[in-house]
Amino acid sequence: MSAILSVKDLSVTFDVRPQGAWPWTPPLKLHAVSEMSFDLEAGQCLGVVGESGSGKSTLARAIVGTVPTSGGQVNFEGGDLASMGPAERRVHRRDVQMIFQDPLAALNPRMTVGEIIAEPLVTHEPGVSREERKKRVRELMERVGLLPNLINRYPHEFSGGQCQRIGIARALILKPKLLICDEPVSALDVSVQAQVVNLLMELQRDMGLSMIFIAHDLSVVKHISDQIIVMYLGRQMEMATAETLTTVPEHPYTQALISSVPIPDPVLEKARVRPVLEGELPSPLAPPSGCVFRTRCPKAQNSCAGDRPAMQALGNGHFVACPYHQAEEVLAAS
Amino acid sequence: MSLLNIEDLRVSFTTADGDVNAVNGVSFAIDAKETLAIVGESGSGKSQTAFAAMGLLAKNGRATGKVMFDGTDLLTLSERQLNKVRSKQVSMIFQDPMTSLNPYIRISEQMAEVLMLHKGMSKSDAIADSARMLDAVRIPDARNRVRSFPHEFSGGMRQRIMIAMALLCQPKLLIADEPTTALDVTVQAQIMQLLGEIRDEFGTAIVLITHDLGVVAGFCDRTLVLYGGQIMEDGPTDTLFADPSHPYTHGLLRAVPRLDRADSELATIAGEPPDMSRLPKGCPFTPRCAMRRDNCAADRPPLVDFAGDRRRSCHIPIKEVV
Amino acid sequence: MYPNPSTVEALEDAALLAEVQGRSLWADARTRFFRNKAAVVSLVVLALIALFALFGQFLTQYERDTVDFALMGANAHKGAPSFETGHYFGTDNSGRDLFARVVQGTGISLMVGIVGAMVAVIVGTLYGAVAGYFGGRIDNIMMRIVDVLMSIPFMFVLILMLVIFGRSIFMLFLGIGLISWLDMARIARGQTLTIKNKEFVEVAHATGVHPMKIILRHIVPNLLGIVIVYATLLVPSMIIFESFISFLGLGVQEPNTSLGALISEGAGSMQYGTLWQLIFPLIFFVLTIFSFFFVGDGLRDALDPKDR
Repeated sequence: MSAILSVKDLSVTFDVRPQGAWPWTPPLKLHAVSEMSFDLEAGQCLGVVGESGSGKSTLARAIVGTVPTSGGQVNFEGGDLASMGPAERRVHRRDVQMIFQDPLAALNPRMTVGEIIAEPLVTHEPGVSREERKKRVRELMERVGLLPNLINRYPHEFSGGQCQRIGIARALILKPKLLICDEPVSALDVSVQAQVVNLLMELQRDMGLSMIFIAHDLSVVKHISDQIIVMYLGRQMEMATAETLTTVPEHPYTQALISSVPIPDPVLEKARVRPVLEGELPSPLAPPSGCVFRTRCPKAQNSCAGDRPAMQALGNGHFVACPYHQAEEVLAAS
Repeated sequence: MSLLNIEDLRVSFTTADGDVNAVNGVSFAIDAKETLAIVGESGSGKSQTAFAAMGLLAKNGRATGKVMFDGTDLLTLSERQLNKVRSKQVSMIFQDPMTSLNPYIRISEQMAEVLMLHKGMSKSDAIADSARMLDAVRIPDARNRVRSFPHEFSGGMRQRIMIAMALLCQPKLLIADEPTTALDVTVQAQIMQLLGEIRDEFGTAIVLITHDLGVVAGFCDRTLVLYGGQIMEDGPTDTLFADPSHPYTHGLLRAVPRLDRADSELATIAGEPPDMSRLPKGCPFTPRCAMRRDNCAADRPPLVDFAGDRRRSCHIPIKEVV
Repeated sequence: MYPNPSTVEALEDAALLAEVQGRSLWADARTRFFRNKAAVVSLVVLALIALFALFGQFLTQYERDTVDFALMGANAHKGAPSFETGHYFGTDNSGRDLFARVVQGTGISLMVGIVGAMVAVIVGTLYGAVAGYFGGRIDNIMMRIVDVLMSIPFMFVLILMLVIFGRSIFMLFLGIGLISWLDMARIARGQTLTIKNKEFVEVAHATGVHPMKIILRHIVPNLLGIVIVYATLLVPSMIIFESFISFLGLGVQEPNTSLGALISEGAGSMQYGTLWQLIFPLIFFVLTIFSFFFVGDGLRDALDPKDR
């Protein structure tokens, strides 16, 4: 099996102008993503979990190519994104599609659903006739669970879940190889969320899609992903299979994250011992030296402020960026 | 005697596209020191129930029914009388703390104002008291930070400040409307822990309005499930979660992905949340219900008591538990 | 009697299969607009005024520049509005038919307003959208140009232009066209900055849609609401602007006229008892301006329902 997407030492920094600065003062560097490395096997789903400000959305945009990278490589099917010419980039844009968090905001309110779904087709295959285009849009609408006769409606006439289905249809009309989902269900109601998650899993299976699923909700990510990466302040903390990561997490941050996730079972939930993480996310403009998590880490030592811990391989695809890692069963057995 | 007793509360909004009935006959009571969860999806009327009870409805909204608090019907009170009740007896915290904090005024001023107005304290006493309260909600270095502006705090800290403000006059009831929805899980855990400590320390009754069943499970004594502005099911959290009686509750619990379980596929509830301007005459859940019968769309099932302390409104409950 | 269930189902199926026409945001706005009585009345008034300007000439036997020598010298008595003489609005100081002149003045004033607004809409919107969408250095340069143009006292420049190149309608249009788009460009840019951060623009960008297509397909249609509102409010201010220039005696050239020039003349001869010379152009002026304001208000409420 070969990796369809291979990310090596990827970094993304943004220039931030300090308030009230002169035009010639050098801008501050905001490290949104730092030195991320991972591979995504074809047909697999990679989950990315992190709290707000962890850089997970920036990671998605760097892979899609809407945000410029400042270091490292994004290899998609062997070609490095940064060194691509405009023509190759167009092909890359075809093969990598994205769906977004806010389903309504991702749809142009002045266009009909049919026009919205067909836009990638119009852009990349301008030769396709009107009838053919309409046929394909209708087929896809049916595939994602929308009534095809609603093709001339406008986005505001749909509910959140339906809007997300429209977004999915638009992302799939070019039959991409990689689908990047940025918090696709966090704006949806619980009952609708399950529908969309199931739809995505089904489409992934049927179309042989590779997928990157980004969310802050570990329960959803665990459900849909094969592999999971945990991010904190732009860095990867731990990477493992979904099963391993949730049952025997090694990194103190992953453990804290899992113990914070509430479980809808009163008996279990009230019996849980919950070491609550103190403090809040440090500013990404001035991340802590050494391990970025050390300021909140319950196991922090003096040495944590020194060198940045590298990702250690624990075997079986399990990597952790903590020298003091220790397997711990945070979830009460059920 | 119960602290708050809501009877047949109805809320409707007049909009350009016709009337929207957000709450359709909701009745429940909450005892002193009790923790009640109101659970529902968007459009279930859970927030509007609280807003109506607090007299905070938008201008185009009307509320009918009874909201009895300590023997007075809050719906009949004037704005002035209501203001008194709101700050001294019942307080509310919101999803987005920034909407209720004035960004141009120092935290100390905003908190002291409440105390000066309602307790007649001097300004220096009021500020000292405010600092003590900020300390109680675990804001580090509260004595110095009380003079900061709201934007100098992070989201989690602002929510703590809101809780501190809500508790200033030691209300008997605290209504928390999605207090952790905008926060990260680790911060959510901190806030929920804080609310738990406050409940034990001050003996405040809490109404927690949320869509997150996980948060409810760990925190609330009793759970009320709303759908389409009506109560679907009501009961002690433990039994309701272990043995849901209404098809909607049942479906909702199975639709949540759980970290502690490996399900191959999530159970779903078909369809979309209801359109509040076009509810069916009978049970609002009918169009999405897998167990619906012919009479469900036409006859509204009454809310009946069963198993002692539980209530449900369904013609064909999951199991007959009598 | 109830229809049997199978018929009902068949009907439902048929209804499901037929393509449903959606209600666009524009259609929504139209319904809301027509619910606003003041705006609708104003729209009707505007339509009547436009008809008057276009076809009013056919209602009178006089040309706008024909001097009625029969009234010479006795303007204050014989030149008063009357149906007998056929001077419905009376005559001006030179004995010319005021009705014909008001028809023409209204026409010119409307034209000045509409041309000004059109230039603003087309140039200003595109300029602002391009600046806002590309951002960075392009935005900086484009908007500084606007700032520089704005800082020039335009009234002064316009007066100089009219003096140097001679007074003509073309010069007036040029002058008005030059300033009208500046504000619009700023407004359009500001709006573009918010729209550009919407996810649907990001989607289009990620899909590889050409930047100009993104601007025309995704940004401009979403700008139009605010642009149209601003344009309807711009028309009256252009009319007022032109009137002011004409009032100073620098606007359109005789025998052509505009409402501003007519009001100026009327005001000048007020003390001779020929009040009608002021009243009639003033009525048309005020009606036009008020109607535009009401229509603009109605459009704003209709296009941006959140404000109410």
